[in-house]
Amino acid sequence: MALGDKSFFTPFSTLLNIFKKTLTVAYPKEDINVHGRPGASDNYRGMHTNDLEVCIGCGTCSDVCPTAAIVMQDTGEDENEIDPTRKPEQPVIDYGRCCFCAFCVDSCPSGSLSMSRDYIYTSPSIEEEPLAELEWKVNKFTIKPDANHEEEKSWISEVDLAWLDYVRSDMEHHSPEKRVQSFIEIVHGFSRQQALKEAQRCLECGICTRTCPAHMHIPEYIRAIYDEDLKKSVNIMYETNPLPAVCGRICTHKCETVCALSHRGEPIAIRWLKRYAVDNVKDEDLREVATKNKDVIKSNGKKIGIIGSGPAGLAAAYYLSGMGYQVTIYEKHPKAGGTMRYGIPSYRLPDEALDREISQIEAMGVEIKLNCEVGQDKKWKDLKQETDAIIIATGFPTGRSTRIDKTNNPNVRLAITMLNEIRLGKEIDVHRKIAVIGGGNVAMDIARSMARLQKDKFGEVDITVTSLESREEMPADDEEIEEGKEEGIVFKPGRSPLEVKIEDEKVRGLEVCRCLSVFDENGRFSPKVDKNIRECFPATMVIEAIGQAADYSFLTENEQNLLNIHRGTLMIKDGYQTGMENIFVAGDIVNGPDVIHAIADGHKAAQEMDTWFFGKRNLPLKKAPLE
Amino acid sequence: MYLPDGYTTLTKRAPKDDREVYDLFFGPNHPGMHGNFGYVLEMEGTQIVRVRPNAGMLHRGFEKSMENKRWVQNLSLIPRVCVPDPDPNEVAYCQAVEAIMGIEAPRRARYIRSVVLELSRLGSFLMGMGGVGGALGHYSIMYLMMESRDRILDLFEELTGGRVYHIYNIPGGVRRDIPPGWKQKVLDLVDHLEKRLPEYDRLLYENPVVHTRLQGLAPLSAEEAITSGIVGPNLRASGVKADVRVDAPYAAYDEIEVNIECSGGGDALARAVQVRMDYLEAIRIIRRLLAKIPDGDFKLDLGNLMKLKVPAGDAYSKVESSKGEFGYYVVSNGGMKPYRVSVRGPSLPAGLYLCHKHLPGMKIDDVAVWMATLAICPPDIDR
Repeated sequence: MALGDKSFFTPFSTLLNIFKKTLTVAYPKEDINVHGRPGASDNYRGMHTNDLEVCIGCGTCSDVCPTAAIVMQDTGEDENEIDPTRKPEQPVIDYGRCCFCAFCVDSCPSGSLSMSRDYIYTSPSIEEEPLAELEWKVNKFTIKPDANHEEEKSWISEVDLAWLDYVRSDMEHHSPEKRVQSFIEIVHGFSRQQALKEAQRCLECGICTRTCPAHMHIPEYIRAIYDEDLKKSVNIMYETNPLPAVCGRICTHKCETVCALSHRGEPIAIRWLKRYAVDNVKDEDLREVATKNKDVIKSNGKKIGIIGSGPAGLAAAYYLSGMGYQVTIYEKHPKAGGTMRYGIPSYRLPDEALDREISQIEAMGVEIKLNCEVGQDKKWKDLKQETDAIIIATGFPTGRSTRIDKTNNPNVRLAITMLNEIRLGKEIDVHRKIAVIGGGNVAMDIARSMARLQKDKFGEVDITVTSLESREEMPADDEEIEEGKEEGIVFKPGRSPLEVKIEDEKVRGLEVCRCLSVFDENGRFSPKVDKNIRECFPATMVIEAIGQAADYSFLTENEQNLLNIHRGTLMIKDGYQTGMENIFVAGDIVNGPDVIHAIADGHKAAQEMDTWFFGKRNLPLKKAPLE
Repeated sequence: MYLPDGYTTLTKRAPKDDREVYDLFFGPNHPGMHGNFGYVLEMEGTQIVRVRPNAGMLHRGFEKSMENKRWVQNLSLIPRVCVPDPDPNEVAYCQAVEAIMGIEAPRRARYIRSVVLELSRLGSFLMGMGGVGGALGHYSIMYLMMESRDRILDLFEELTGGRVYHIYNIPGGVRRDIPPGWKQKVLDLVDHLEKRLPEYDRLLYENPVVHTRLQGLAPLSAEEAITSGIVGPNLRASGVKADVRVDAPYAAYDEIEVNIECSGGGDALARAVQVRMDYLEAIRIIRRLLAKIPDGDFKLDLGNLMKLKVPAGDAYSKVESSKGEFGYYVVSNGGMKPYRVSVRGPSLPAGLYLCHKHLPGMKIDDVAVWMATLAICPPDIDR
């Protein structure tokens, strides 16, 4: 680099600088207006702002924070009273640690958290806020972000920019044309790749755990799936649920409806992940996990009789045998499983999956007496004498009738009975045109089962499903309805059945009228109908699927009185104990028809019975550590 | 305790002490020192006799910390390895992760990365050139360059949300797309920066005081520079045409013309002049990049980044920073956290080894020039 030319005047050239515009600005006299308006840019990562109405308290911000600046603070709300889609927690940020990386914003599933253009923060001086010194030091930098900087939002959380995966892995199905031809299982199950991708999506916030009736440790077993340790995953499942493969197929997945990702995207396919883990774990690993304590359990000499081998009975038997009880289940059908086997069609729950899990429960030492109906093959009196305690888990085995005109015709059937017959392999009288009354999952089950039988017999499907509820209100799963439509079933929701049309003792159709509303203002069942708008669905068979009920006919009247059973309703104490102290109940009888509720009930009834026998000697269930 | 030759515990008295040789602590608390690093100089009058680098005070355990954080969480820590020029760290780390995963960032992301890297280089050069001025007592030049650097930071703020620590690159791309109008602002800025160069020349490069002070100071021959691991502008100042952008192109550099020139000479002046040449070339590269920047995605969809798993394997990724080759060696055992991350800082050889040869014989006031012209950055040593 050449040196500049020097002359006599060179020193004076500096005087020219007097006329130059200065590079610095005098704030606040002159505006610092670099980004089109005073202040920081529109993308600045300044102080946090959090929309507390939207925040779900999932704690993902706290998890991702690389400097551990964010902690979740309890809001003091009662966990059971708030909206189940959120936790009673809110983030609090220690600005002494925060590095303003905005990872929390990019990971926020609800989009409540953002950063603002505001970056100046002054704390009150000690004089103004005379707190104890230590407390002051802590409070000075620890702030709970709220809508304070809402108007100056800059680095915001958007679905496209988020670090989360809002889209589910696709689950492969058989095509409608193929599946309607047989009772083959519809869903294929996740492949390894799909399962790993799906497991990666989980934020491990645990909102689902609270909502699951069995409080399964969902984030933990999903993490184990992600770590490709299926044995560990299934082990975690068995802590709270001895029928994971069943739940992995037919659970009502309340967990998914509250998933943190569901606020802006699709929830995690928790049910399919569970199914993937159980289906793919090795047989010997499953056996080892399911019966892991068998060798060290000491018998406590108590004999328990369980009536019914449905989900509640099996769950109670599994956990009781794990506590040292000698358990015998009495099942009136030729195979164990209850509604899971004789109510749910095999295209949703194939026998192999059920058998595999029941065999684990049997391996725990539970004896299942098949074809043994209490009241007939086994007298109630004998049962009471032989056992120290009894659990009634008979479920809801009978269907309810609409009691409209002319339902006493032999071609007007109850869904539950027919599903039973189909699963028992009995000869079914299949008609060309069928009308089904009901909008729940049982209505879907019978309609779709009959569709398969129709297809097999006549080569075509002609089934009309009608329900009081409108399409949006129908209690059946959306996917069930959509799949039913694909299989050729016609849905006519929002109609109330009036009478079954009968000519010459033969069913000719179902007459319905418009149903205006199902529930009144208080949410009580009180349908309002307009009888002027009528229509008739031609059918030679009508199936009623409007609900199920308990059946205590195996008890004599005297016994029913002893158990406080009046008009088909059993009175129970707080919990699962009946009026007779050594008789417990579990399952549908307590909480209505739902598999996961039944499993949870079975588990809780087992624990309660143990407490009743021995006092509180059980250790609480421990959560498996994540890492 | 074992100490290698040349390292001692800090005794206050030198072996030959009869008040002729004394120990002088140059740093960590000294305006001519960069960061929390120091030289313990054995002085005879104002002349250096021996030097003992005194590292360890900055130690924040970057590498070890990275083993305890998840793959993306590390990105908030990584830019802190080099404050004036943070982006090469981010890019090198992300490229290493991408290499192990067998993925490549989208083309647009690679262009954005290159623009960010060049802007970061400009900012760092301004700080470096200003640092040379500051070391020589020419503070005006430093103030002017800081003002120019601030304009670059304004653009960083608009693009990345942060001024100094951008935390902008993620495995598979960048966090945000270029905002509307930003490209034009960059073009306007580089025009402005180029226009400022004559004034910098007058103040710094044509200044006889600067020439006198820098000429012949700490000369590095090409051979010495290569054998001792000097990289980047300092290596080019010794006459070796080497640049990672040309030798092993990454990001968008394989599609862009990069002309490297050498000032030659190898002394402090050559190194200072080399920075100016590279600065001008960076301005040109930014123009070339912005002219060709393609449309498309700016990041890949890697799912939930928090639970990102990187398959078992290792990769070394290098990036030409303002100081030369910045390398990240990353090892994964297939988990959600790195098994090992090793940082190759470009100024480590000069700061730690070459000082033993070159500092003896210098005056005290040349130490700051040594630090500034070789761009010695303590986190390269203490990481």
